[in-house]
Amino acid sequence: MSSRDNILSKIKQNQPELLPLPDLSVLGTEQYDLVQKFTEILEGIGGTVLEVSDFEEIKKYIISNYPINARVISTLPEFSESKDWQIADPHTLKDADFLIIKGQFAVAENGAIWLTETEMGQRVAPFITQYLAIIIEKSAILPTMHQAYEQMGSAEYGFGVFLAGPSKTADIEQSLVLGAHGARGLVVFLV
Amino acid sequence: MSKNSKQLITHNSQLLSHSEAAEIFNKDFDRTTWHDETLYFVRQKRDKAAFQINDWELLRETASQIKNNVLSNMHDYLLHFEENALKNGIKIHWAKDAQEHNEIVFGIISDYYGGNIPKDTFKGMVKSKSMLTEECHMNEFLAEKGIEVIDTDLGERIVQLAEEPPSHIVMPCIHWKKEEIGELFHKHLGTEKGNKDPQYLTEAARQHLRDKFLTRPIALTGVNFAVAETGEFVVCTNEGNADMGAHLADVHIASMGFEKIIPQKKHLGVFLRLLARSATGQPITTYSSHFKKPRDGQQMHIVIVDNGRSTQLGREDFRNSLKCIRCAACFNTCPVYRRSGGHSYHSAVAGPIGSILAPNLDMRANADLPFASTLCGSCSNVCPVKIDIHQQLYKWRQVLVQEGYTPTSKTLAMKGMSTVLSNPGIFKFSGKVGRMLMDKLPFLVNNSLNPWYKQREMPEPPEESFRDWYKKNRKNKKYI
Repeated sequence: MSSRDNILSKIKQNQPELLPLPDLSVLGTEQYDLVQKFTEILEGIGGTVLEVSDFEEIKKYIISNYPINARVISTLPEFSESKDWQIADPHTLKDADFLIIKGQFAVAENGAIWLTETEMGQRVAPFITQYLAIIIEKSAILPTMHQAYEQMGSAEYGFGVFLAGPSKTADIEQSLVLGAHGARGLVVFLV
Repeated sequence: MSKNSKQLITHNSQLLSHSEAAEIFNKDFDRTTWHDETLYFVRQKRDKAAFQINDWELLRETASQIKNNVLSNMHDYLLHFEENALKNGIKIHWAKDAQEHNEIVFGIISDYYGGNIPKDTFKGMVKSKSMLTEECHMNEFLAEKGIEVIDTDLGERIVQLAEEPPSHIVMPCIHWKKEEIGELFHKHLGTEKGNKDPQYLTEAARQHLRDKFLTRPIALTGVNFAVAETGEFVVCTNEGNADMGAHLADVHIASMGFEKIIPQKKHLGVFLRLLARSATGQPITTYSSHFKKPRDGQQMHIVIVDNGRSTQLGREDFRNSLKCIRCAACFNTCPVYRRSGGHSYHSAVAGPIGSILAPNLDMRANADLPFASTLCGSCSNVCPVKIDIHQQLYKWRQVLVQEGYTPTSKTLAMKGMSTVLSNPGIFKFSGKVGRMLMDKLPFLVNNSLNPWYKQREMPEPPEESFRDWYKKNRKNKKYI
């Protein structure tokens, strides 16, 4: 008998009698001012949140905050004309300084933003870039993770991530340091 | 790191029992206090995060019930998961034990190189945190085959450079001070001598490990949750190391104990709300990555491991330990863990949960662990999936005594105690002798031969027993 069959038959023999699944519909009843809660939580975990009225404002922010020769990549035509980076070997993104993308939706209770590879351009992009910017529509902020998975439904993707803030570690004596392996900074533009 | 702890570096080596190792750990009083306070600080952050959720207790109860359902329907969920993952283009492997897990991983690497593993340094693997591969001693196994495994979680890299196992499943180098990490990095990564700034040291590790991510073709990650309904798996990190490894590598291997299965995707909402809040007090980890299909041209493998878990599933009193989501809240709250350090447990998973998991794997080697507890119950109170940890610690003690795995000294002491407590005459006499000795000849108990005197002062003996006091103060003496 293969290990697979061995393991499965032993599990079948040893598992207890069937117990029911609980009802999830009673969870996630928290009432928040969604924009305020999302902003407060995300800033608390090292992100920056800016409310902007249009793409021009975002462009101005980038120009005034990043050096002129920085390598900026984006999935949005307003910020990057070339799409070549999206089909290139992912290793070539190692010198990306700034990635700007759109998020599908965000979660107020924990500051997380849901992205799939369609929004990312490349799976590694939001991790390997030095700095990350994500545009979120204010109307796409949901209260808790329960509403988030409801919203997702059975949508197809190969890879998706809930991303909450810049990469961080506290492994050295519990001192919080931003920029462990992923992006050093995250700015979210609320439109 | 103090020299003493060097003796403890091998898991399950059984060089020292928990109490012997803890005694060495406690020799440095200030350091033990620092360790204790650091972990309690994390426990307090957990409380703060939990209290911000109105339905926290309902959330725990729900998570517990989901996991109870998983245990009761494990067989079908695993089949369902396998079927869906295969449809998604993921290869599934099954390992009955640690050895088979390691051989499967080696086989995948060997196949990638067409059976001819090159002799240069770039053949290695980048690994993000996986306590399962610690349990299986995979790094050592692959090293013997000439394959270097680079741990990429900062804390894990630190202990790896120091040739130690992690001492905590979420914060692997919680027992290290920044001065020592500065020294270690100076030696291995060429950082400035004497620089102990966490920002500077983290930056050095970022540069060092970025080079590894960009050059290693094989990445291994753990699995936090595997969803039967969709065949996808979720990996949670704060650093982004699992993603840097997996999205750059040609081959992604994910190792999971079979108990990581959950029924449906919507159940992730419950577990992701609980995990990081319980672990570190964060609202969620920075990255909760959902891997469903390999990217174009990439191979994705999942190794599903048993290694004693199916046996544990059959032990009615202990099967609930398989509900664990590895948040380590029970470590951070445990007064024994905080003052004895993770290495004292000589097991890949330390702390209260490790103490109920390890005896299942090897009763003889881990017979000391269920005794490394005061049974205060704080572990069960913080557990996000409501495992009755302290009850199981108590039950393991009984099993271990019945099976004859406890030391003779403990068995004799218990037998003596049993005689005294079951015989009122002897009880009365021993109490009297004890009070007299502690009063007149205190050196008989206040010395290093008495284990209760270590790290504590003996109490003042009472002037009279409760029984004597009762006799004097109650007129109705018929109950005496």
